[in-house]
Amino acid sequence: MAVAERQDFNPPYLHPAYEATVRRAPSKRLIEVPRGWFHHATGPVWGRVPVRPTDNDLTKQHAGRPVGQTITLSGRVLDSDGRAVPNTLIEIWQTNASGAYLDPADPGFMSLDPNFTGAGRTITDSEGRYHFRTIKPAAYPGDLGALFRPAHIHTSLFGALLGSRLITQCYFEGDPLQDRDPILQSIPDPRGIERLLARFNSAATEVGDVDSALAYNWDIVLRGPAATPMEND
Amino acid sequence: MSEIQSPSQTIGPLYGFALMFEGSHEAVPPDSPGAVRIEGLIIDGDGVPLSWPEGFIEVWEGDQWARARTDVDGRYSVVVRKPEPAPTPDGTVAAPHLNVTVFARGLLKQLLTRVYFPDETAANAADPILELVPPGDRDLLIAKPEGEVLRFDIRLQGEDETPFFAF
Repeated sequence: MAVAERQDFNPPYLHPAYEATVRRAPSKRLIEVPRGWFHHATGPVWGRVPVRPTDNDLTKQHAGRPVGQTITLSGRVLDSDGRAVPNTLIEIWQTNASGAYLDPADPGFMSLDPNFTGAGRTITDSEGRYHFRTIKPAAYPGDLGALFRPAHIHTSLFGALLGSRLITQCYFEGDPLQDRDPILQSIPDPRGIERLLARFNSAATEVGDVDSALAYNWDIVLRGPAATPMEND
Repeated sequence: MSEIQSPSQTIGPLYGFALMFEGSHEAVPPDSPGAVRIEGLIIDGDGVPLSWPEGFIEVWEGDQWARARTDVDGRYSVVVRKPEPAPTPDGTVAAPHLNVTVFARGLLKQLLTRVYFPDETAANAADPILELVPPGDRDLLIAKPEGEVLRFDIRLQGEDETPFFAF
């Protein structure tokens, strides 16, 4: 008999190093539902989210050029069975080059950039590919310096199934802050952490122009129909 | 072949400028036939509501979908229509319900629950998913009439913790 492969790379709800989980993680066992019921249930219909073709270029949402390093972030959305996930919505949000979010709830320690909003949307093509053009986000200190977050891009995806709904964060390979980040390090398996790292792609990097961008590749893998459901652990 | 899935990470507190849009909390127009408002608090293990900007939910079933964030008092509000009873994989009938996912700072992955309707006593009693919930906790998944709205509080942790489902 084949040994069951571990298929859930998610963090646990309770991860005390990330203090906010302590009073928010559920304390009771999750209720198990027969596999055919929830696991294959269809996910939300997101068609009301407005998506314009230019929403994947975060560097051109204002009159001027944003401050910071222009990058591209591109890759494919696959499911865990290896199939492309076409025609699915990806929403991203991030800081500007100084580490500030435009959100009104941002504490406002860092400067805003009048030429950068930091929110984008796109829809994967028939082969699951996506492409964003943006500014490299900055690391920023958290509350009273307790948590210096590595640079990251928040990412939200739907997918076909209830179980493939995913909100995660994209990090950049080689950032030394990642080793001490309790949010990233909540992922118990290093292969899961690797999955969230965008890789620098020198071959795809544009050269020789003021608008050139450093290229990063990042594939996203959603749960597919053959994967086992999330475990109580 | 099994690819390694991308793990979940918290939504954080600063998503509002990206994820919310005009009417995002209305799965159906508020003046459409059968539209009903569902409201409630999202409450942590200390009994403290997750006030703006920390609580975020999505509600969906069939062709309905809405997303909402909590206000300064920790209250969310969505407008939905009660779905029709739906057939289940084993040939029984599910009571009308909507799926609810909860995202928040401090939630490293979403929580999944369901909201059922208080005027469906017989259907709720026969619902095959509610049957999986410990009998004393089933009422926690049924919204309560409160004036013109339905009240559905979500308790993340503790004695009256909302039943959440593995998915």
